Amino acid sequence: MTMTSSETTSVRITGSRFGYRFNIVGMIGFSVILFWAMVAIFAPLIIPYPVGEIVDFDYFGPVSADFWLGSDYLGRDMFSRILMGARYTVGISLAAVTIACFSGVVLGMTAAVAGGWLDTVLSRFLDALNSIPSKLFGLVVVAAVGSSIPVLILTLSVIYIPGSYRFARALAVNINAMDFVTVARIRGESTWYLIRSEILPNIVGPVLADLGIRFVFIVLLLSGLSFLGLGVQPPYADWGALVRENIGGLPFGAPAVMAPSFAIASLTISVNLLIDNLPKKIRDRSE
Amino acid sequence: MKNRVLSLALSRLLIALITLLIVSFAVFFATTLLPGDTASILLGQAATPEAVEGLRKAMHLDEPAIFRFLRWIVGLLQGDLGTSYANNMLVADLIGGRFINTLKLAGVTALFSVPIALTLGITAAMLRGSLYDRAVTVLTIGVISVPEFMIATSAVLVFAVYMKWLPALSFANEVTSFADLLRIYAMPVITLTFGVSAQMIRMTRAAVIETLSTPYVEMALLKGASRPRMVFRHALPNALGPIVNAVALSLSYLLGGVIIVETIFNYPGVAKLMVDAVATRDLPLIQSCAMIFCLGYLLLTTTADIIAIVSNPRLR
Repeated sequence: MTMTSSETTSVRITGSRFGYRFNIVGMIGFSVILFWAMVAIFAPLIIPYPVGEIVDFDYFGPVSADFWLGSDYLGRDMFSRILMGARYTVGISLAAVTIACFSGVVLGMTAAVAGGWLDTVLSRFLDALNSIPSKLFGLVVVAAVGSSIPVLILTLSVIYIPGSYRFARALAVNINAMDFVTVARIRGESTWYLIRSEILPNIVGPVLADLGIRFVFIVLLLSGLSFLGLGVQPPYADWGALVRENIGGLPFGAPAVMAPSFAIASLTISVNLLIDNLPKKIRDRSE
Repeated sequence: MKNRVLSLALSRLLIALITLLIVSFAVFFATTLLPGDTASILLGQAATPEAVEGLRKAMHLDEPAIFRFLRWIVGLLQGDLGTSYANNMLVADLIGGRFINTLKLAGVTALFSVPIALTLGITAAMLRGSLYDRAVTVLTIGVISVPEFMIATSAVLVFAVYMKWLPALSFANEVTSFADLLRIYAMPVITLTFGVSAQMIRMTRAAVIETLSTPYVEMALLKGASRPRMVFRHALPNALGPIVNAVALSLSYLLGGVIIVETIFNYPGVAKLMVDAVATRDLPLIQSCAMIFCLGYLLLTTTADIIAIVSNPRLR
């Protein structure tokens, strides 16, 4: 995936400028991510109003002391809905990115170590999958099997397996050519041992950084699908679905439209900032 | 070594064809996964078993999936895209005009974003590390990390709601004058330009920086060439391949972008047609639209790769 290669080059460039410690920008990114993770876990305990209840007489109400982010198209409290929306956006994306990266990395390492026809067939097939634009892939699957949270998680992970596979395979091929792997192979170690004990420890840093980037892609795609009405379905609402619900308030400049977008942006930008400012020790293994 | 370039380019083309076959396979089977029998869904609950059986025969639904796939592919190659389930119109007729609308939108966006992105990307790379470069980098990261609909809604908020310069919605069939044309295209084009340019700036900047760090550029610096001369005479001609490659790849971002932009601005293009088709589960229409998008995407990425092969001096 060309995106990933340009991503890593720019990571390296910004890295050399910012030095090698966890700097302030990285810390800010990390704390925002931590904040949203906490919100996602404890949302039901901290929301000021129940999410389904109409509490404001006005619809598309402005920001006020009672309703911190205004009210939505039915007069429900926007602040509570965004806090609860974090559960769906963060939860679904995290589940999808875990599946995608786990499968991609295992397949990538296997292909690199095994080589031969397995490598060729797998690479060809996953490259072909990769050449379906991601949003389109989502649309086709949702059209075919309908939208539910398990379907969304699986679809999102299938879409991002090829990218993760390519990244892991490229790294693993380099490690695979090193002497200690040859030695292990001559010792008669199994493929599984080679993958787990020789290759994986040497690529784990860049793979984790790649996981972060892919998490951002997944959050954006999930929000996009929900915005089109094909993602998370009512009565549940993730941040993308919240924007869709309240798009009618756009001509009035209602806070209900922009607030969920800002939530998405704060999460994705923070992840990008954190990854761009990771300690060099973690990133440099990608070379 | 002209032959080597040619054979590499040809093999890339062959790979693209194989990919297209796999993709069409995937699209076809994803859409036939639909639970339930298409014929009985189409005829509704009141249908007699005989009528359902008749329709199944007429639609070749009683044949194995692989035959239906082959029939579909052969139909596509002959220009027969099938008939829409929703309103019994030919898919080709439904798509025709809208396809041109989408192409227009993409063309206008490319016209704006390519010069803007190249200027910003190349100058940012030249002034690497300066305040200007940092501002450009931060802005592009910002634009890339937010969803397209946020750019679109922000654009509406700024230009239509607060400044009242432009209409919030656009309809391409009401164009009567040049001013109308500008106003109607403005919002979708602004939104798409932001997204596409951000990708393009990042990739262009990376490509130019890579060339600037090569030994021959250092040599040019050491022999006393001025900075502009060093960039324009020594670096840019060699960075041209990667830059054009970056442009083609970034334009493929348009395909994802138009889906959101056409929906939000009510633009009558193929992407809007497809989103509507998904809502009504109109499979022949979805399949055809999906194939159009995949074809466009493959065309752009393959062009990008072939340009990279042809422009690589090591292969000549």
